[in-house]
Amino acid sequence: MNIHEYQAKELLQKFGVATPRGKAASTPDEAEQAARELGTNNLVVKAQIHAGGRGKGTFANGFKGGVHLCKSPAEARDLAAKMLGQTLVTHQTGPAGRVVNKVLIAESAEIAREIYFAILLDRATAGPIVVASTEGGVEIETVAAKTPEKILREKIQPLAGFQAHQGRKLAKQLGFETSQMKAAAKLFDGLYRTFMACDCSMLEINPLIVTPGGEVLALDAKFNFDDNALYRHPELAALRDIAEEDPREVEASKHGLNYIGLDGNIACLVNGAGLAMATMDIIKFYGGSPANFLDVGGGATEEQVTEAFKILVSDAKVKAILVNIFGGIMKCDIIAQGIINAVKTVKLPVPLVVRLEGTNVDAGKKLIAESGLRVITADDLGDAAQKAVHAANRGRTAIKEMSSTK
Amino acid sequence: MSILVDKNTRLVVQGITGSAGGFHARQCMEYGTNVVAGVTPGKGGQLFDGKVPVFDTVWEARQQTACNVSVIFVPAAGAADGILEAVDAGVELVICITEGIPVMDMMRVKAQMAGKKSWLIGPNCPGIITPGACKIGIMPGYIHKPGKVGVISRSGTLTYEAVWQLTSRGYGQSTCIGIGGDPINGMSHLDAVELFCDDPDTDSMILIGEIGGSAEEEAAEWIKVNCKKPVAAFIAGATAPPGRRMGHAGAIVSGGKGTAAGKIEALKAAGIAVAETPATMADTLIARMKGAN
Repeated sequence: MNIHEYQAKELLQKFGVATPRGKAASTPDEAEQAARELGTNNLVVKAQIHAGGRGKGTFANGFKGGVHLCKSPAEARDLAAKMLGQTLVTHQTGPAGRVVNKVLIAESAEIAREIYFAILLDRATAGPIVVASTEGGVEIETVAAKTPEKILREKIQPLAGFQAHQGRKLAKQLGFETSQMKAAAKLFDGLYRTFMACDCSMLEINPLIVTPGGEVLALDAKFNFDDNALYRHPELAALRDIAEEDPREVEASKHGLNYIGLDGNIACLVNGAGLAMATMDIIKFYGGSPANFLDVGGGATEEQVTEAFKILVSDAKVKAILVNIFGGIMKCDIIAQGIINAVKTVKLPVPLVVRLEGTNVDAGKKLIAESGLRVITADDLGDAAQKAVHAANRGRTAIKEMSSTK
Repeated sequence: MSILVDKNTRLVVQGITGSAGGFHARQCMEYGTNVVAGVTPGKGGQLFDGKVPVFDTVWEARQQTACNVSVIFVPAAGAADGILEAVDAGVELVICITEGIPVMDMMRVKAQMAGKKSWLIGPNCPGIITPGACKIGIMPGYIHKPGKVGVISRSGTLTYEAVWQLTSRGYGQSTCIGIGGDPINGMSHLDAVELFCDDPDTDSMILIGEIGGSAEEEAAEWIKVNCKKPVAAFIAGATAPPGRRMGHAGAIVSGGKGTAAGKIEALKAAGIAVAETPATMADTLIARMKGAN
């Protein structure tokens, strides 16, 4: 789950991490009011969407840039009016862009130095690790590739936690003066406490800035939360903004389905994440292109399978559907009945290839055979993938050519 | 023969009175697994299906039944505690089926298990099976066949796929282990490979990995130097877009690390035969055993 910049900063403030003062606004009026409350003429207006590259983005109405400096509440109001309700396209949003529903009005901080500071869960050490660099404000991947010696790594013992001396050492390694060291170390500790308390898998501050006056501030923040832990963080779950998500994925998550939308034309319905990934791979291997990743899991009900099938069918790009089930906990007859129920309520506009194996496979095959559904059956995974690719290329004619039922 | 579990395994099922725990405990017993105890806090003194004693704690179960392997079906919020309870009681092998455990919980479990003798398999895994002798977990028993191929995988259903391909071609399995799809887990690919390598009754291996992390690369490095047995592998997720987690919390390509291409290259460099598609995992191993690839 992702959150907006203004939400991230509010979260950090709760843990004593200093950020530039600011407030989110949903209307030009609110924007002007927020600017007035800040009581400064150094203002910045930032479009709030879940994608990077906002500063260099362009709005669909031609207005350039999702981040602007300004000098008065009236100007902040004008800028907010140009952004709110408009679609911002950046290199991360794709051509469709994202609608800006909120802007952040903040004090624009003067920058003497920019630092990169992140905490993530490191698989290799099975614990948190700090990754930091004096080269902030740029892509950290570029720094790592060109000047790997400028990347600092500090492991944190999972049971002991972040130690005060680690904060002081990092402050020194990041070039802080003796007079700034305690403030920097305190901020690092605040970031660590945020990371742990919010069950983050990553917390990235880029840049962390030092002002000419020596203040240390988190200028931007990116959080990755562990979805498995959201059950114990209702306050974080409430920050979810479904307007920022793929509508197919929103619909799938309502039904407890693990779905990720992709750009291809062969829809997949699979049980198990590994097999679902492998099914995408084999489609690609035979020259096709998957429209989605979908793992219906082991405990899915007929209803969930029906809903999953409806999501696949509603995708206009889809030219064929491949159902690949290896029943373990999941029973093949549940899948078969779920599909049959779905096709009763939604038309099946494209060829359907079904491969069933595992628990209750005979019952599943029998249900489909007796349903009168026009299904292209497959014996194994390779056969299924090739048939799906062929069907996607041939379109509706494939149904007549390849179906088991006349 | 086999690794880790066999006819002598004495199994305790944590969460035996829950619906998943009960269902799969029965399936394991039908397969022939020796289930000696169940544990559900607050239900001590009951009998599961009229024959398996239920205890309040793993400690009591261990004292009274000498159970040496545990399988966990406890819901995610309590699963990490369940693992540590079994370790604390001295259970030698703990298999955690539960999916959706917060990764911070697993981080603490892993740190607390350091230096302990117990093995952990999982979480978020199908379990372990020695065909014909002992099934612990949620895999369908009938697709397996006793034999000499060791199977190690991060994915449940992809393991079934590999096993079914082997069985359909007449090749049985010594033991099949699902190590789970979470970013922090117990037994690694490498741990399992070492055990299979030392097992005189395992003559070859299928290693199934997926994008994310570097566990497959570590296993490959070790195999290159230490393992003479034929190994075939498959890596899932070659077509997964970066930055999107593919179902498993651990299956994510981030910061250019953990790509399928990188893993496949490492496996090939170690002399492992890599299947081009998930439909040819068994064929790739069989060809390697015959020296054909």
